Order: sequence, then C-alpha cells, then structure tokens
Amino acid sequence: MIEFYMAPLIGVFFTVAVYLILSRAVIQMLLGITILGNGVNLLIFTLGRITREVPPIVPQGLKQPLQDIANPLPQALILTAIVIGFALFTFLLILGYRAYQELDADDTNNMRLAEPTGKTKPPLSY
Amino acid sequence: MASHSVAQTEIELPAAMLELPTSVADWSIVFPVVIALMAGALLAMVRHSRGSQVGFSVLAVVAIIVIEIDLFFRVLENGPVAMTMGNWLPPFGISFVADVMSVGFALAAAVVTLVVLIYFQAEIVPRESRHGFYPLVMLLLAGVTGAFMTGDLFNLYVWFEVMLISSFGLLIIGGKKIQLDGAIKYGFLNFLATTFFLVGLGYLYGLIGTLNMADIVLIAPAAEPAAMTAIAAIFFLAFAMKAAAFPVNAWLPASYHTPDAAVSALFAGLLTKVGAYVLLRILVALLPEQRDVFDPLITAIAILTLIIAPLGAIAQTNLRRALGFFVIGGIGAILAGIAAPSVLGVAGATFYVFHAMLTMSAFYLVAGLVERVTQATDTRQMGGVYASNSLISIMFLILVFAAAGLPPFLGFWPKLLLTEAALQDADWWLAAAILINSILTTIAGTRLWAHIFWRNGREGKKSELSNDRLRELKAPEKTFALGASVALVLVIVVIGLRPNLIFDSSRVAASDLLQTENYIEAVGLELPTQANPTTGAPQ
Amino acid sequence: MKTVIFKTIAPALTAIMVVFSIFVLLRGHNEPGGGFIGGLIAASAIAIYGIAVGVENVRKALKFDPISMAGFGVFIASFAGLLSLGQSFPFLTGLWGYIPFGETKITVSTPMLFDIGVYFAVVGTIGAVALALEEEDDDK
Repeated sequence: MIEFYMAPLIGVFFTVAVYLILSRAVIQMLLGITILGNGVNLLIFTLGRITREVPPIVPQGLKQPLQDIANPLPQALILTAIVIGFALFTFLLILGYRAYQELDADDTNNMRLAEPTGKTKPPLSY
Repeated sequence: MASHSVAQTEIELPAAMLELPTSVADWSIVFPVVIALMAGALLAMVRHSRGSQVGFSVLAVVAIIVIEIDLFFRVLENGPVAMTMGNWLPPFGISFVADVMSVGFALAAAVVTLVVLIYFQAEIVPRESRHGFYPLVMLLLAGVTGAFMTGDLFNLYVWFEVMLISSFGLLIIGGKKIQLDGAIKYGFLNFLATTFFLVGLGYLYGLIGTLNMADIVLIAPAAEPAAMTAIAAIFFLAFAMKAAAFPVNAWLPASYHTPDAAVSALFAGLLTKVGAYVLLRILVALLPEQRDVFDPLITAIAILTLIIAPLGAIAQTNLRRALGFFVIGGIGAILAGIAAPSVLGVAGATFYVFHAMLTMSAFYLVAGLVERVTQATDTRQMGGVYASNSLISIMFLILVFAAAGLPPFLGFWPKLLLTEAALQDADWWLAAAILINSILTTIAGTRLWAHIFWRNGREGKKSELSNDRLRELKAPEKTFALGASVALVLVIVVIGLRPNLIFDSSRVAASDLLQTENYIEAVGLELPTQANPTTGAPQ
Repeated sequence: MKTVIFKTIAPALTAIMVVFSIFVLLRGHNEPGGGFIGGLIAASAIAIYGIAVGVENVRKALKFDPISMAGFGVFIASFAGLLSLGQSFPFLTGLWGYIPFGETKITVSTPMLFDIGVYFAVVGTIGAVALALEEEDDDK
C-alpha cells in the first residue's frame, strides 16, 4: 500500500528539482540536481517493491533462505547511485565554487566566456 | 505485494553459480577494461613522481590495442563471446559481452587514445596538472571500453559515470576561466542526462525485473507495451542528450573547444559516440518494437540534426566550436541508421560511428595545430597558413572531405550505406537530408579551409596582406603533435581506400544487433523454444 | 575552529575513529559494515583532524597523498578480481582460504581484499575532497 504514498512523494521531489534546476543560480541548480537524484533513488526503491520481510541473508548451513526475504537488488542499485551521485555532486560543488570565485558569477547569464555574446557575425568573405 | 517467494522456485544455490571454468582466451573480454583501470590507478598513485608516465600509459594502451585486435578477429570469425562476473549465472551476474560492434568501437577508442597521448607531449601545461592527465585518460578509456563491452544496463550506468567523472577532470586541466565556464554547462547537462538514464533503469527494473541486456531481449516482448514505450522514450531522451542530437545538443559546442586540443580530440572521438552506441544497442537490439513506435520522431530528429548542425558550423567564428557542430552532424547520420533499421542502415550507422571516432579526433588534433601556428582560436584572426604549413592544410582538407562524405575518403562509405538504407525504407526526406548534410558540411568545411589556409591575411581590410602572426612549429610540436596527426590522417586515408574489412565487419555487427540469438547464446541464456513468455518481475 | 577543547580532543577522536573504521571494514563481510562505510569513517577522521590542526599538518601526518591512496585502492580492488584468473574462474570470482591461527582460523578471501581496496579508494577520494575544501577556508 505504501506505494500509493510514495508516488506523490516522488512527484514532489521531481517538481521541486525541476523548479530549482530551471533557476539561473548555480547553487540552486546544484540543489535541484541533488533533489532529483534523491527522487530517482526513491523511485527505484519503490519500483523494487517495498516489502517488510527479513534481510536477504541465507542462514548458516542452508542453501536458501527459510522464508520470504526483502529484495536486495534495488538497494544495491540505490547504494551505487547514491555513491556516484555524491561523487558528481562534490565535483560540481567545487566547480561551482571555483566558478563563483574566478568568474565572479553565480548567475548563469553572466557565464558567457565559452560562447559568443550578442550578435556575432559569421565569418565574412568567401 | 508479497515478495517473490524464493521457496517456490526451488533454486539450489550452486545452480546460480557457473560451474564451467573460463578459458584464458575469454579473459581477453575483461582485460582491456582491467588494464585501463589498473593503469589509471597506478598512474594516480605515482602522479607526483618524475618517472615516465607517458611511457607507461602508452605501453598500457598498446597492450589494450593488441588484445582487442586479437579479440576482434576472433569475434568476427566465431560470433560473440561473453564472461559473467563472479562465477554467477548470467541474468544474476554482470555479463561482459564482446561482439563485433563493441570490440570494434573499443578498438577505435583505444587507437584514438594512443594518438592523443602522443599528441599531448606537445601541449604546454603546468607540470602538476600534466600529471593529472594520464590517470584521467586511462580512467576515461576504462569507462568507454566498459560501456562498450558491458551486457548489463546498470553496469552501463556505472561506466557512464566513470567516463563522466574522468571527463570532468580532463575538461578543467589547466584551470582557465573559459574551461570553468564550459565545464559547468557540460557537467550539469550530462549529469541530468545520466539521471534520466537512471529513471529509465528504475522503471525498466520495476516492470520486467531484469537489467541484463540479453534477458531484456527475451522478456521485453511480453511486457506491457505502453509502459515499455514510455521507458524507451526516457532512454531515447537520455542518450540523445549524451550523443548531442539536435534539440539537446547545447552542451557540446559550449564545452568542447575550451580544454587543450588533445583533450578536445579525445572527447570528440569517444564521448558522444558512446551515447550513439547505446542508442543503437537499446533501440535496435533491446526494444525494437518501441523503436517502431518512435520511428517518425527518430527520423525527424535525424533530419533536423543532419541539416542544422552544419548550418551551425557555417555561422561559427571559433574554429573548434565550428568543429563541434560537425560532431553533432555525425550524430544525425548515426540516428539516420537507427531510423532505417535494416541490416544496411545499422551497418551504415556502425561504420559511421567508427569513422566519426577517427575523423573527428583527427579534426580536433589538426585544429590544435592550426591554433598553434596562427596563435588564435578565432577563424577571423587566421589566414595564410597554406603558404607556411602546406602539410597541415592538406590534412585539414582531407578531413573536411572525409567528414562530408566525399569519395574516396572514409566518410563516403557509411553515408553510401545510410542513403541506400533510407531509400529502401522509402524515407525520401531522410535520404535527402543525408545528401544535404554532405553538401552543407562541404560548404562549411571548405569555407573554414579558405579562411584559415587560403586567404593571405586576417579578416578585414588587410586580408590581402600576409598574416604576420604566424609562427613556426617548434621541434617537439613537429615530432609529437604533427607526427600523431599525420599518423591518424594516414590511417583514415588508408581505411578510406580499402574499406572492405570495415564493410564486412559492420554488416556482421548489424546482423548480430538485429538478430540477437547469437548474443543471447553467448551470454548463456536459453533461447525460448516456443512461445512461452515469463515475466521475471518481482511481483 | 581553534578552540582549546576541540584541539585537545581532536587527535584522540581521530585515532579512535581510524581504529573504529578498520574494525568496521573487517567485520563487514558477514555483518553490517564494509569497505565503503569504513572508508567514510576514516575520511571523516581526516576531515576532523584537518579542522583541528590545519591541512598542512594532516598532509604531513598522512605521509601519502590522498589521491595516491585512492589509486592504490582501485588498483588492489582490480587485482583482487584478477586473482581468480589463476583458478580459471571468471573475473571477480570470490576465492577463500583459511589460515590456522592458534585455536581459531583466519579467513582470507579475495572479497576482503576487494573491500580493503574500496576502503582505500573511499578514504583517498573523500579525504582529498575534504582537505581541498578545508584548504580553501585556510586561505582566507
């Protein structure tokens, strides 16, 4: 039953994330990306079927568990996704901080170094 | 929502473990990834020492190339081979599968890496950041090779992230302001794309309960078609972003021109091509029914990408930004192959990926040489290079023709296959778009050539006077940068003149992708004897 | 964070955390714990020590560069996977061995070697990030 509550919750995560990512401030985009990542983790967790069974550990001397067990795979997937998401988040955080220091811009509208600003004419002649 | 009862299915534990010992030859499936990973780790350990990091990384890449050549011919002759990690039975363990397509692409990636490593010797970067370069390149190669070889979608996600993190690191080597700017855009949009991929993975697992590619091929036809279509749409969006197809391409021209030329070349050769490879794998092999639903959309995106990308290249004033649009145009051609998924079309797309890996890298390497000679990044500030460096200008022109697909250069053959496939499929617009792309790419490329090489001086009133800002290439630049570029261009020319091997292997790769029986058998799953679909969803 | 209390307690806290992280690493095979969480605990120890005594001193105390540690971790984790090559099993297959030690026996296995690799990789990466961020603060 809990899936019915999880679905709107994930929806809220995604909504907040999209709102934040659409912002112009790098730090808000960063928060948005993190919330999106957490929303996705919840999504995988829910889609792996939420059960209240025992941990998936086979008792000693047996070759299979005695009763129903919780599904360990979604948790393994989420753990991996959390670790990777965390690594990327740290990287982007440091990058955003450096950009804030060097470019003096938290506003992405001011980040135009790599792309031409204004109406640059294409190369003329020929 | 009770959990899937294990007791009912009576799985004996040893049955889930493979009992067959692996032959040493099968190890060559994982060796390329493991060597790249271990070499990257070792180089990271000793990155402050004064020893020869170059020598070691070149040695590692050469070893990878040798193993992959051997594996390639074995796979070409005998069909796909697989290894499932940790001695588990296939749908449970993570499989690595080597078929003609994956090994061929991995081989091209390793060759490009080797050339870039040599070219990098001529780059001027501070000593401490120079030492970050080699471990990151090896990790990038590990990520790319892993993404090509893996037979498991979640594992694919992991390799994508390995690739992404090392490419972040490479993108900001040197730490110029423009690089920070490019890296922010690259980082956010790529992170978003991988998150979409993860969303798709979650849904797919929830629906069919497996992420092993061979298993998906078996189970997917029996799954709820509407939900599968939604999943395919998410995957398409995620990998179109990764491959930089038209409406979601903005990160590529914003970032590819910011790092050193060697790093740009590596990115142009490897990163978007992995996205294109996964599109081929997922849409053509794993979810063909869903691809049929999206056929009009894929065709439209292919046409738009094919036509808009070279127009973007014409409008650019920055040389390497213009080349970024050539890369995007190539993705359009690959999508055209997915839009017309006959053996011809998929073979064309496969050949095109191979061609684009080599040609686009070479393009960026030569662009790096041009930037050195003219001491500018803006084509308006360039001119008169033909007189001083005719070798560079000849290489550039060859690459323009190869990228545009003019015979007898490398790009002609895949475009021939793709046009034929589009005509057979009665996609007239698609066929027209491929040809228009060739014309527009030729116009954009020859315009660049005329501006940089042919015109005497810089843009403006004094364009008739000779360019006074040209400089000679220094000795190390001549040996490493020029030498590496010439070698790669020579490879492109020779393969363009003798394309038979690539033709044949593309066809084999395409038929393996369209008829998945060999793949499934190699992984070790049982083919369905009759119509007896079972969903493995954890109900 | 230059309070006397914190500066006095930090070295002891760091030592306890590092020991505890190794304990968590080693018990991880059959019980909750493992290389990743152990590595995180050790990296937190590094971070705390860095706040207390300054990044320079931590780098000196570590002897090895954190990134080198991470590289070492990845290297031995991959090496643990390769060990099954000698037994003709697929990559990353777990191999187990028992060493008699007095009245009990010690279990050695490739998964444990892999876990130690994970431990070093996590300590190295997270430690490097933490120190880099603390260095930024020190500059001011």
